[in-house]
Amino acid sequence: MSARGPALTERGAALEERGPGPVRVRLSVNGTEHTLDIEPRVSLLDALRERLDLTGAKKGCDQGTCGACTVWVDGRRVLACLTLAMTCEGREVTTVEGLAGEGELHEMQRAFIAEDAFQCGFCTPGQIMSAVALIEEGHAGNDAEIKEWMSGNICRCAAYPHIRAAIRAVRDRA
Amino acid sequence: MRPITYLRATDTATAVAAVSTDPTSDFLAGGTTEVDLLRQNVLNPRRLVDINDLPLTGIEGTPDGGLRIGALARMSDVAAAPVVRERFPLIAQALELGASAQLRNMASMGGNLLQRVRCSYFRDAESACNKREPGTGCSAIEGFSRGHAVLGTSEHCIATHPSDVAVALTALDTRVHTLGPNGERAYPVDDFFLLPGDSPHREHPLEHGELITGIEVPAMPLARHSLYLKVRDRESYEFALVSVALALSVMNGTIADVRMALGGVATKPWRARRAEDFLIGAATVRDNFALAARVEMADARPTPMNAFKVELAQRAIVRALDTLGDGTGPGAGSGSSP
Repeated sequence: MSARGPALTERGAALEERGPGPVRVRLSVNGTEHTLDIEPRVSLLDALRERLDLTGAKKGCDQGTCGACTVWVDGRRVLACLTLAMTCEGREVTTVEGLAGEGELHEMQRAFIAEDAFQCGFCTPGQIMSAVALIEEGHAGNDAEIKEWMSGNICRCAAYPHIRAAIRAVRDRA
Repeated sequence: MRPITYLRATDTATAVAAVSTDPTSDFLAGGTTEVDLLRQNVLNPRRLVDINDLPLTGIEGTPDGGLRIGALARMSDVAAAPVVRERFPLIAQALELGASAQLRNMASMGGNLLQRVRCSYFRDAESACNKREPGTGCSAIEGFSRGHAVLGTSEHCIATHPSDVAVALTALDTRVHTLGPNGERAYPVDDFFLLPGDSPHREHPLEHGELITGIEVPAMPLARHSLYLKVRDRESYEFALVSVALALSVMNGTIADVRMALGGVATKPWRARRAEDFLIGAATVRDNFALAARVEMADARPTPMNAFKVELAQRAIVRALDTLGDGTGPGAGSGSSP
């Protein structure tokens, strides 16, 4: 059982099969290396929430439709529920817990508070991870563009106008 | 989710060998279909071969004006590539009108072509479904079929092919390159997707373990004047009820060349050859557009629940032709520009 990283090696060599029982996996999350024993079927979302106690990413649908589990892998926003944790070996995972600086919230987190951009808060970590990525991607030009490029994050409280206001506020500060 | 084993491949030949020698292995790329349907017990691999480290992510223009896209290029990266947006606006539009930003960051181009249908009877892992369990029957034909196909159907399956970008690629005479246990192959895209007929579980001609390695779009100057029109229940993050991929070249009010394919209405990405044949040489007037649309949809076999698609598809075709026909639509150029 290898400790980490791409399992193999040379062309034509037999690949190392791991599992189905628990195998040692190293994940880098928010800049910290973690070693955990998990089955290959474990999603990144379950690994974060159940094993690393990082419960910011939420399990809404668990089938890739709601966006509540949005995290970044190598800086790109993805859905943790449809990502197997093992595929993240050798990559950098960022969750909402990794956004804030020392003792200070990320400006998007502050904007969500200032603009009252949530009610129940369940979708909020995913919204924020998407929103920060959205601005970096350059897709926050106007409200129509924000709506389109945030459509993968569902808010059952329908706080959408306030979420857009928070995004606009951060965009215009940049 | 049932237990699985996992291995990560670092070269393409080894990945192909690993899957082709084991009937219970599947490739794992973006995972947006594979992990989803594994969790739903619709797909039942025992082992996943992770191919995300393979060097198949290139997106490059060819010197003659075409495009080569690696199978593991992500939807978001292909849509953002300047060479794609410039030469083939309909590909970029189809990609950006599909799924969500997160899914587009994950999903690979090869996986997009192989994504499974959204038919709820296929996905519930319980209903009779000839695609999931051959010979058990089709629950959709007498069931809830509002989103199902009206073209290319059979008495065994009426599931709609869900991809958007495959529709654009089908309009463009794309070739799908693969590596399998018997070497490299290239399929014209129209042969790559199979009609359900009496074997709806066979959706493409690939052998087990045969891997899509790349997508080759030939040079097509008229594609610079092209669009992807998508009609759906929600304005974003929803599959098509009807979609039209269209590239059009107009000279002096007459259609010099045209490529058209339809999505959301057929069991495979549907090349609209009848409409194309009718339109070439025709004047760019609304009556001709409507006639072309009617010709294309003449063989439609709707259910009571999806009969609206026959009219909706015709209106969408006319709107797409209207939009490009006057030279002012999305991706507009002079129509005859190189």
